[in-house]
Amino acid sequence: MNIDAVTFLSVDLPALLAALFACLSCALVGNFLVLRRQSLMGDAISHAVLPGIVAGFLVAGTRDTLPMLAGALTAALVAGVMIELVRRLGRVEAGAAMGVVFTGLFALGVVLIEQGPARQVDLDADCVLYGQLEAILWLVPAGWSDLSDPAIWATLPRQVLQLAAVFTICLTIILIFFKEFTLVSFDPALADTLGLKSGLVQHVIVALAALAAIAAFEAVGSILVIAMLICPAATARLYTDRMGPQLALSLLVGGGTGVGGYGLAAFGPSLLGYDMAVNAAGSIAVLAGVILGLSILLAPRYGVLARITGRAVRGVAA
Amino acid sequence: MLQRLLSDNFIPTADAGVGALAVSGLSVAYHQRLVLRDVTWTAPARGLVAVVGPNGAGKSTFLKAVLGLVPALTGTIEVYGRPLKRQRALIGYVPQRESVDWDFPVSALDVVTMGRYGLIGWGRRITGKHRAAAMQALDRVGMADFAHRQIGQLSGGQQQRVFLARALAQEARLYFMDEPLAGVDAATEQTILAVLRELDAEGRTVICVHHDLQTVAETFDHVLMLNGGLIAAGPVREALTEENLRRAYGQRASGLLLGPR
Repeated sequence: MNIDAVTFLSVDLPALLAALFACLSCALVGNFLVLRRQSLMGDAISHAVLPGIVAGFLVAGTRDTLPMLAGALTAALVAGVMIELVRRLGRVEAGAAMGVVFTGLFALGVVLIEQGPARQVDLDADCVLYGQLEAILWLVPAGWSDLSDPAIWATLPRQVLQLAAVFTICLTIILIFFKEFTLVSFDPALADTLGLKSGLVQHVIVALAALAAIAAFEAVGSILVIAMLICPAATARLYTDRMGPQLALSLLVGGGTGVGGYGLAAFGPSLLGYDMAVNAAGSIAVLAGVILGLSILLAPRYGVLARITGRAVRGVAA
Repeated sequence: MLQRLLSDNFIPTADAGVGALAVSGLSVAYHQRLVLRDVTWTAPARGLVAVVGPNGAGKSTFLKAVLGLVPALTGTIEVYGRPLKRQRALIGYVPQRESVDWDFPVSALDVVTMGRYGLIGWGRRITGKHRAAAMQALDRVGMADFAHRQIGQLSGGQQQRVFLARALAQEARLYFMDEPLAGVDAATEQTILAVLRELDAEGRTVICVHHDLQTVAETFDHVLMLNGGLIAAGPVREALTEENLRRAYGQRASGLLLGPR
């Protein structure tokens, strides 16, 4: 394997950073979805916002985040109203209503992409599913020595800077209101009796999840967003019983799979002698899934194996 | 007893001449069905209060409506003479054990510390002082040894004691408890009853949803009997009569008080 510095700096580094920040953001906010047993919410958000993103793109004609974000938020609101309508008029449970609405909206988004004017420009269904990490290029640095100049980091591609900003926002809010988020996630009724509006905090949690999902969406696609909202938090839960370590571990797993999955995709095949690279977002998602799967089997206390042997030991003792 | 009265914990009832809780014309509906109709009731100055009534009588709903957790159709709630919203710091709540997810990654001490979040302030760090107070509350219910245990690894009775410790840590004056004695072991029951009597002795008001009619008289001083509305209220001996029970429970009432023990 032989990669020169300029290729790494212009192709791999920006993609790696984008993947890293996308994974960190989703992993962090995903904790509150997973722990509140609302994993489906992440799925719903990342699917339902698609027509909004496409509409924002069509109206603005550019891939700037603001119009797409506005479109996504509108779509999220519309989805919320539709879910409530389907639930009431159809007299079905919330999960079913959510499932119907978000798949419907996602399909509408795909139709918009395939049939609409978006076809003429660079937005297609592949990019929705897998994102386009490989298309994020940083052509400024000419060698390793350039990185020591702080000013050069400001020239990073827009997607990378946006994802870094979103991660910073999510991390700051969650650090400041860690105790409030934990309280509302665990016991919203107590929060209300203490005068903390649990409904408001829950809306903030969902809004942060939407922000992370929408920002990550463009770079890494919907598959990775869903995987990152759920897998790192679910993995971390198997290793710890405390909130602090839970968040730290989920960041470690999210960031680690982001970097590791990208490395596997970009350099793995060439190590095996193939002259190619596989899709990065896809391999990150697969890696996250594999780590979760292994953890479910092997985690020290909550793993399947530990439970079986624990039961056997207790059985012998009894 | 005297020592307890002189301790810092004691709350003089003189300024509470207005009554800890005054509920007036409270009506609550769930899904367009009237669950509670026009309840007017003032908590007694002293003594433990049991809220009784058959399943679906609206006991939990009464608590939640008074706490502002479910919207009331009509009615006013006053806590120590002022609207509930301005008196939140004076109120403690022990919900039913099933109301939370015990798999949540928090320790017993974490949960009890949550009771002090109102005192700590929103967006502020938890200081050692508050952790110490939480630890003290855990100790009071005999759970200090389990402080760092994840809550899912506690028995049902221990979980209930953690919930009670959390309410103690709130240092409230008016407590609402939703069936704190339901399905707990004998040791837990003794601990909880002892704490309830201490709270009463300290001059705090405790209003407790209670399921077991046979033990009402030995534990509580007052009864609030509900079934879709107020059936009866007053000292146990006056309110817990066959006549009232029949009005609340229907014909099944016969023998509810004197059933097999």
